[in-house]
Amino acid sequence: MKHIVIIGNGIAGTTAARHIRKNSDYDITLISAESKHFWSRTALMYIYMGHMKYHHTKPYEDRFWKKNRINLIHDYVEKIDTKQKQVTLASSPPLRYDVLIIATGAKPNKFGWPGQELEGVTGMVSLQDLDRIERYTQGIARGVVVGGGLIGIELSEMLHSRNIPVTFLVREKQFWNNVLPEQEASMISRHIREHHIDLKLETELKEILPDKNGRVRAVVTNTGEEIACQFVGLTAGVHPNTDLVKSTAIETNRGVLVNEFLETNIPDVYAIGDCAERRKAIAGRTAIEQVWYTGRMMGETVAQTICGNKIAYHPGPWFNSAKFFDIEYQTYGNVKPQLGANEDEFYWEHSSGKLAMHFVFDKNEQTFFGINTFGIRLKHECFDQWLKEKVDIGHIISHLREANFDPEFFKNHEKDVIQAFSGQYPEIRVASRQRRKTLGIF
Amino acid sequence: MKASLFQKAGMGIFIISSALLIVLLFLNKYRLTDAALERAVTDPSERKMLGTALSPMKGIAYQSGYTFNENIEEYLERENQHISSKFEITDMDIGNVISQFPGQDIQYSNEKITNAFDTTETGRFKARKLKDYTSWMNERQYESEQGLREQLENTRQNINTSIINDQGFSDYKIKALKLALTRHSSFGPVSENTTLWLVLTIGLGILGALIFILPKLKLLPGIKNDHVFHSANTGRGWIGYITGTLLIGFYVILYWYPEYMTSWMLLVDPISKVLNGHEASQWFFYGFLYTLAIGVMGVRMIIKYRHSKYHIIRTLSVIFFQVAFAFLIPEILIRLNQPSMDLKNIWPLNYTFFFDYNLSTLTSSGTIGIAMLVWGIILIIIGVPVITYFYGKRWYCSWVCGCGGLAETLGDPYRQLSDKSLKAWQIERWMVHGILVFSVIMTIGVLYTYFTGSSMLLGINTYDIRSVYGFLIGAAFAGVVGVGFYPFMGNRVWCRFGCPLAAYLGIVQRFKSRFRITTNGGQCISCGNCSTYCEMGIDVRWYAQRGQNIIRASCVGCGVCSSVCPRGVLKLENKDPKGRFGEPILIGNDSATIRS
Repeated sequence: MKHIVIIGNGIAGTTAARHIRKNSDYDITLISAESKHFWSRTALMYIYMGHMKYHHTKPYEDRFWKKNRINLIHDYVEKIDTKQKQVTLASSPPLRYDVLIIATGAKPNKFGWPGQELEGVTGMVSLQDLDRIERYTQGIARGVVVGGGLIGIELSEMLHSRNIPVTFLVREKQFWNNVLPEQEASMISRHIREHHIDLKLETELKEILPDKNGRVRAVVTNTGEEIACQFVGLTAGVHPNTDLVKSTAIETNRGVLVNEFLETNIPDVYAIGDCAERRKAIAGRTAIEQVWYTGRMMGETVAQTICGNKIAYHPGPWFNSAKFFDIEYQTYGNVKPQLGANEDEFYWEHSSGKLAMHFVFDKNEQTFFGINTFGIRLKHECFDQWLKEKVDIGHIISHLREANFDPEFFKNHEKDVIQAFSGQYPEIRVASRQRRKTLGIF
Repeated sequence: MKASLFQKAGMGIFIISSALLIVLLFLNKYRLTDAALERAVTDPSERKMLGTALSPMKGIAYQSGYTFNENIEEYLERENQHISSKFEITDMDIGNVISQFPGQDIQYSNEKITNAFDTTETGRFKARKLKDYTSWMNERQYESEQGLREQLENTRQNINTSIINDQGFSDYKIKALKLALTRHSSFGPVSENTTLWLVLTIGLGILGALIFILPKLKLLPGIKNDHVFHSANTGRGWIGYITGTLLIGFYVILYWYPEYMTSWMLLVDPISKVLNGHEASQWFFYGFLYTLAIGVMGVRMIIKYRHSKYHIIRTLSVIFFQVAFAFLIPEILIRLNQPSMDLKNIWPLNYTFFFDYNLSTLTSSGTIGIAMLVWGIILIIIGVPVITYFYGKRWYCSWVCGCGGLAETLGDPYRQLSDKSLKAWQIERWMVHGILVFSVIMTIGVLYTYFTGSSMLLGINTYDIRSVYGFLIGAAFAGVVGVGFYPFMGNRVWCRFGCPLAAYLGIVQRFKSRFRITTNGGQCISCGNCSTYCEMGIDVRWYAQRGQNIIRASCVGCGVCSSVCPRGVLKLENKDPKGRFGEPILIGNDSATIRS
């Protein structure tokens, strides 16, 4: 029987294992040094904040793996031998494989800052990072978070939940401005400050200063300011974890290089998830995509190929989501931080400053390109279909109500949105017909 | 948010007032007087007998309710012994009866019994009993004296065991007397300053709780579950264990030892008299406290979830149904001399609905009684299936029901403690449906007895079934475990494992309803918030991460999974039943159709 060895039990590796099991009878071994069982990395912040315990973050009960004959090894892979088709483990006997899947994920970026290895400095990706954060933040007077992205805001929220004052250093003009357009980036920045986070925009880390015990004492910013703190979270993005692969014949660039079938240059070796880099990026997407969903979809796809149904990885229209303190965010299609030459936009923000929608479409053809939505939930299914059908913006605005996914009794804002849109684009026809429910319930 | 000094003071006040409420039970003294007897017992002959039996206690001031009750029990047992020895049919009595039938080939006639006894009260009683118990033996032939003796011996045993019930104080009666006598013999600080004590305990308790709760308005609206699992209360820590123990203790006293909570009844007497014109029973106190708990913790619930109109509206709904339907209307009905009924309490949760005494009350109370009977039946056979078809069982369980109301308010801080394992789900299905079957069988038995007058059905005593049901399900499960286990197993232990109405609603919801929780394409990140905060222990994530509608019999539609979801994946919906049980499918990967 073919033996599939998967290195890394994150969402990519685990999904691959599950789908190989669904489609075959192969022996499957899933190896991880981080944790024995698959857990949801996206829930890391909730463990620290006390919303959940570690065991709640495991998407499958522990008995699931045995029942599905997925062999789990909690160990560290030291070496991959692609000639012998064998992996060497730190404390278990070597494993022979027929097919190898590399799903080693990503590691926090550290840009060579002086002091980045001090006690009290950590990134936030793994369970081990969580342990460190827990240890480092006991009884401290201030924490500094470096890097204005999704992990940075999560770490800020975590420290805030423990009543630890937070200084949040963000290089861009507004929070996550390298992904979000100005309007919503400002809105989220305001919300961050509303939570009493000391948000320092257009500020970079220059140096981390130690005390006499080699612990963090302060950071110095590019403006020369020294901020006293006892903890520093480095959240300036992540990069593919290729440590294991570097010394092998498997080709890497920033990540492990793969083709459209997620195959590396070595036969029977695949790479998926955060560690993978496409030799040729899919049009409109980047070569390295490091979100939960892409990891999952690569896992699903590679499983098909390995089980004899060779298919190329071909994700549908881009989607993503996040939550910034109390404001939920979803995106469908492409909304870039700056408008393209051929693009036009419509931005609507509620007077509360907590709800917003940002539409981007073709200036001439009016074809809808993408939407960012804040505080109003929208249906993935609708936008997936609309993006594939390349409908125009008028259609989207007219049918916005159908895509609403907010809980019952929530206030509808479509009327406002339509009105604002028609005010800004009187030439674009919008049909506003809304079916009203009798008494609001039937 | 760290609790401010102000909030801590509120919590302090709440704890002190709760402690006072417990201390209060030990403040009053007890003295049995003729006046107390008068108020406690209405039947003059029973009162006279009691007065004699308990005469050694009269005028003594007891410091402790325990000793007082112990003495009542002791003297009544002594009286029982006395009665037994007085009325018991002896060997000699049997001998006398047999001597009425000399020789062989005896033909029995119970008319002859009268001659075997004297005409004292005892003699007449014995003769009457024997005549009654042997009337079926008339005309029977007995070959020898021995045959007749055996027959009479059996009869004698039956009679002797029934004597306490007829002439003395049965266990059941002693229980009731203890409560009535304790309540009316009580005197001391609580009786003298009832209002003051009411303010110091319940009043301060509400104040303290609100001082603790209201400042949460300062937090920005949104999901605030910080430190839920760090807390010694909500994370199954020592405070949780103390709270659970106190709750369990409360229910044990309420159901089985109400004679020790008479001071609490005194406390709410003024309120009870205003509402229904009578003194407060233990049930009035319980209903009062229950309603307050839903009200005050309802305020907390609304503040906590004030960013969600769904939670605000349904919390207001449970508060309304508790205050109006469960508490005020039944009391006012009593005042109007009408049968008291919680009009939203549906059989089989309301398991006494078809009990003989309830049917008799309703059928003998004119139009309004009949209307209540019809209303109750309509709810069972039309209300439940039709409304559940349109909205799912949530219309009842998390919008109307009293048990649900308490769970959604007082119990909300403990929702995350429910067990999500597959094992728990398996146990749940057997248990809750087993209890539904049990309740139906019990009710069939009760109705059989009501219509035929026979208490035996298929060799089982229907009164035994109902008392077992009342003890095990009605009291032990619904009360002691149902609420007492909040801090151990979450706030829906009863609803999930025990409630027969939830089982019935669940069957409708599972097979024939427009309700489901839909998932949003491929947006799930498997974080687990939904499963963690599901009070019914549904592993919501299992469905969400594979893009499958959540259609579960147990789902009470509280909507918290949807609220705690950080990615906007879950939505409670009533929609066309077509496609309700769709294939699980995740959107976003166009490489192949991926069936999760």
